[in-house]
This record gives sequence, structure tokens and C-alpha cells, in this order.
Amino acid sequence: MPLVSTDVLASLGGPSWLVERRAEAAAHLDVLGLPTSRDEVWRYSPIDDLELERYLEPGESGDGIVPPALLAGAGAVIEIRRDGAIGSAVAPAGVTITALSAHPEGANVLNAATSTSDPIVALSMATTPDGVVIDVERGAMVTEPIVIVRHVGSGIASGHTIVRLGEGAIATVLEVHVGGDGEVLSLPVAELFVADGANLSFGSVQLLGRSAWHLATINAIVGRDGAINELTAGLGAHYDRLRADTVLAGQGASSTLRSTYLGDGEQIHDLRTMQDHVAPRTISNLLCKGAVADTSRSVYTGLIRMRHGAVKSSANQSNHNLVLSETAHADSVPNLDISENDVRCSHASTVGPIDEDQRYYLESRGIDRPAAERLLVRGFFADLLERADVGPAGPVISADIERRLAGIEVG
Amino acid sequence: MAEHVLRVSGLRAEVAGREVLTGVDLEVRSGEVHVIMGPNGSGKSTLAHALMGRPGYTITSGSILLDGVELVGAEPAERAQAGLFLALQQPIEVPGVHLKDAMVAAGIPPADVVERLASEAAMVGLRPELLDRPMNVDLSGGEAKRNEIVQLATLRPAIAILDEIDSGLDVDALGAVSRRIEEATREWGLGVLAITHFNRLLDELRADMIHVLVGGRIVETGGPEMASRLEETGYTAFSS
Repeated sequence: MPLVSTDVLASLGGPSWLVERRAEAAAHLDVLGLPTSRDEVWRYSPIDDLELERYLEPGESGDGIVPPALLAGAGAVIEIRRDGAIGSAVAPAGVTITALSAHPEGANVLNAATSTSDPIVALSMATTPDGVVIDVERGAMVTEPIVIVRHVGSGIASGHTIVRLGEGAIATVLEVHVGGDGEVLSLPVAELFVADGANLSFGSVQLLGRSAWHLATINAIVGRDGAINELTAGLGAHYDRLRADTVLAGQGASSTLRSTYLGDGEQIHDLRTMQDHVAPRTISNLLCKGAVADTSRSVYTGLIRMRHGAVKSSANQSNHNLVLSETAHADSVPNLDISENDVRCSHASTVGPIDEDQRYYLESRGIDRPAAERLLVRGFFADLLERADVGPAGPVISADIERRLAGIEVG
Repeated sequence: MAEHVLRVSGLRAEVAGREVLTGVDLEVRSGEVHVIMGPNGSGKSTLAHALMGRPGYTITSGSILLDGVELVGAEPAERAQAGLFLALQQPIEVPGVHLKDAMVAAGIPPADVVERLASEAAMVGLRPELLDRPMNVDLSGGEAKRNEIVQLATLRPAIAILDEIDSGLDVDALGAVSRRIEEATREWGLGVLAITHFNRLLDELRADMIHVLVGGRIVETGGPEMASRLEETGYTAFSS
């Protein structure tokens, strides 16, 4: 029995090349099988509980709540619903926004940064109704953020976002995942291409309902002297996973990734990163800060790979976890894989409760303990968000964290 | 101006199971400046933290009364709310928490906080842009010390404990900080308990009383004239 039936495939339309790519991906998935927690990149995850057939019944579309701060100052807003239609977004100068199914390059635009050898990417590809391609012209400077709002609806909600910056272009793209109050398996895949000398800020904010499963993939490739600045936040869903891989392919390419998550109730947040240094003099900086409360838990595993030839490259990876209750749990596993001598790498990882010295310091100013703890938890996130500059992503994330912290018990 | 009095009697305290304070008696009233001096390891910082209630500093006997209210057993915030303030020897970095937000949480009206911090910063020569940083993050030792005095003067406690406020400050900065503290003794009757290892604080800060702490208790108390005696003999003349 194929994992994705021919009925499911037949229900999805589009040009013949897209139909073919879905069928290929479905066939690939059948060879690979669904991942299990025995796979290293799925360790500590609840993936064994995935009941795929529950989601493959025809789902329903439905609109999620869009945070108002998100749309203020946006250069373009692309609203994507369950059927993959991208609505009628007006693109700013220098930008072309196209439905994947209507892109003139057809199949060639797909899977250049992702591979269907990842079963979740294959599952997403096999079931994606359509996608969106954002092409930014060479040299274009797009000052206002391009905002993508994904309303996931219910059932299986796959989607494909491709962002391609031409040489020297500058742009900000922010993707926000909303809705999913019922049973939904959200499978977004983003492929980001940053050409030589280009600079992309990319944000991903996940605000789904509490029974959703969200298994996201963001893969980026950065060219010579190009830069990517990413900010991701896992806030909603029952099981929230992001796999974020960056390939520093051109000499002097750089990557900054800031990631955050906040768990409460029984949430599981799962973040896997890879910074892959291929070319000389490449730089990566990764800061990930998350907190878990109640009986929630989090997993962070990150890999810095220094390939042979990535001389004079440097990488820094930090993961800090705040554990706000005795029944919450965080795992943090930073890894290095170094095949080149002339490189600099550092990593740091902490898991623990609120810092007692910091709390004492605030208490000594006359701030009672619960208020001091709230300030410290807010500060823990603010420390990351204040440094991130990806359109309105920071304020949208802060607002959600702030709202939830009011109901979270610390201690 | 309200009269406040901090009365410490027979205070014994342990850190990590070791008795460090062996019976401290002290009385500090509004407007007075007391300086506690002592060699390394005599219990100076322990006294500061025991008074403020830092976790890990266990008071085994004795009493700390502020205006007749017993502070032993009270949370640090309760002690601060009662009127006690501690300027730390090593102010703690609090990433992501901005000074003005902490001051508002401590009860300073939001409408006043920026102006009050700015005017206090000017008085001790703290660059105003440093007020926008998260608390003590990327401040030099001297900047962090001035920042403690800015907070002290913004919060206006009844009694302030200054733990080695002179370390890390150059002579001009120490002068500015000392002037601000002396002015506070007149302005709202601040009572001061300044703890130091070095005589040079006494060159800048006018002390009403000097106490010598050795072996976890006060072995000698005198007026400002004791400074010159300490200068000549050091602590060796004072035994526990």
C-alpha cells in the first residue's frame, strides 16, 4: 500500500510536470518509509505517533487569526489557503510573485535546495497542491517586507515556498503559519536562494492551534559574499518541528539564524539545524533560546559542518533553554563535524531554571519573586528578539509570548 | 524627614556550612555614614548579602531590625520594600531586562522613570546611552558601580549597603559617587553602611563611624580619626 494513495494524488491538479513531481515524490516516500525515532535526526521526537492516514482524508480550509502587527508596513501580503491558491498579491518593484504551478521555469524551479530523500520533504512534495515563488531581481532593494500568511485549515496542509534573490538583491520575507484549530498535519517547505552579494532576511512564525502537527523544513543556499538572516519561532501546535539547513556555498557567505520556542501544556518543540560550511571564509552564527513550562518539552540538535576547503571559516552555535517547571524537559545536543584545520568553531548549550543570581539581583531592588521571574523570562526572549531584524516578526513573536506568559506558572 | 534605624545584633551567618559571621552588632540611623573595613576573608561581603537575604547565606542567630521590623527570614524583595538597598560589589548581568523596566517593576512611576534615571546618571557621570542597555550587560566595572548608585538614588531607600563601591572606580568617579551619596544623606536622610577593603574610600566619603571587621565580628568602632590609625598599622593591630 502506498503511503500516499493514487486517489490522493489524483485529487491534486496542476500542470503535468507538477503531477509528475508529486508522483515521483510519493514513490520516493514509499521507498524511504516514514521516519522513526530511531533515526538520529528524529531522536527524542514523537514521530512514531504519526498516524498519516488520519490526515489524508479530504480536509477543510479555514482562516486563522492574522496578528494585526504583521500586516502593518508590509510591501506585499500573500495569503495562501489549503488549496494552495496564492490570491492576488501585488508585488513591489523588482519582485515577481508567481504560483508554483504557473512558474515559467516549471519543474526546474523545484527542489534545488531540498531533497525528497528527506521523507517529510517527500511527503510534502507528494501532497502539495501548489506553492509560491518569489523572485527578486538582481540588484533590487526591497525595503518593505513581503509577508506570506499560510492558513493551514485541516487535514494534510502541504505547501512550498521558494524565494530566490538575484545578485546583490536585498529583501525581507516573512512566513506566518496560522489556523489549524482541528486536526492538521502542516508540512511547509521553504527553499531559499541567496545569490552572490545578495542579502535575505527570512522569518518563519508558527502560531497554529494546539492539536496541530507542524513539520517544517527551511533550506537555504548562500552564494559568494551573500548573507542570510533568519528568525524562526515555534509557538503553537502540539508537535512543532523545524528542520533548518543552511549551505554556505560561496566564499565569504554568511548566515545568522535566531530561533526561539515557548512550550506550555503538553507541547513538544523540536528544532534541528545544520550550518554547512562549504566555501572558504564563510561565517555562521546561530542563537537559539527556548523555554518550556508545564509538562512541555523541547529538543534542539544542531550540527556545524566544516567541509574540507572551508578554510578560515568560523561558526558559532548557542542553545539556551529555560526550564520553568519540574515536569518540563529540554534536550540540547550541539554537534561539530570538522574536516578542515584552519577554521574556528564554538558552541555552547545550557539547560536550567531561572538564574538564581539574576533573580536575587532583581529582588534586591524590591521586585517580588513572581514579578522578578516574569521579567527574567521576558528578558530571556527579548535578548534574542531585540537583536533580530526581520520585518515585524520580532513584535509578532513578542506579543504571542507576552500573552502566554501571563498564564504560565513558573517554579 | 522620617527617622529610620537599622539595628543588627548578634548576627551569625553561615555560607556553605561554614560560619563566616560570628556575632555582628551595628546600628545605622538616617543620615549617618558608617564604613566597615576589614581584611580579605573577614566577612564583609557575607555581611552585605546576609543583610539583603541572598540565597545560600544562612543566618543562624541574631536579628536585623529595620525600624523595629525583623528582616531575618524575609525575602530579599521584602527587605528592599522595607527600605534596605544593596549596591553589589559585582552587579549581575541580566540580559534582556532593561533598567527602566526593572525600576518600574520596583515601583517607580512609568511616567517618571526615564527622567529620573537620566538625571541621576548625569550626577555620577554615567553616559546616558548606557541606561538603554539591559542591566549591567557590557558595562565596565566602573560603569556598573555608577549604575548601582543611579538605581540607589532612583529608588531612595532608607538604608543603603554599599559593598566595595570603591573597587573599579577611578578617583574622579569615586569622588562623584561619594558626593551623590553624601547628598542623599541630606536630601532624604539616607543611612549608609559602606563596606570596603581600602582606605581610599575614606579620602572621598565622609564617615561618621568606622568599624573594623575581623573574623566575622566588629572588633573596633571609632570616629573618622580611626582612618589614620588604619592607614599606619593596617589590620594587624586588630585581632579577632
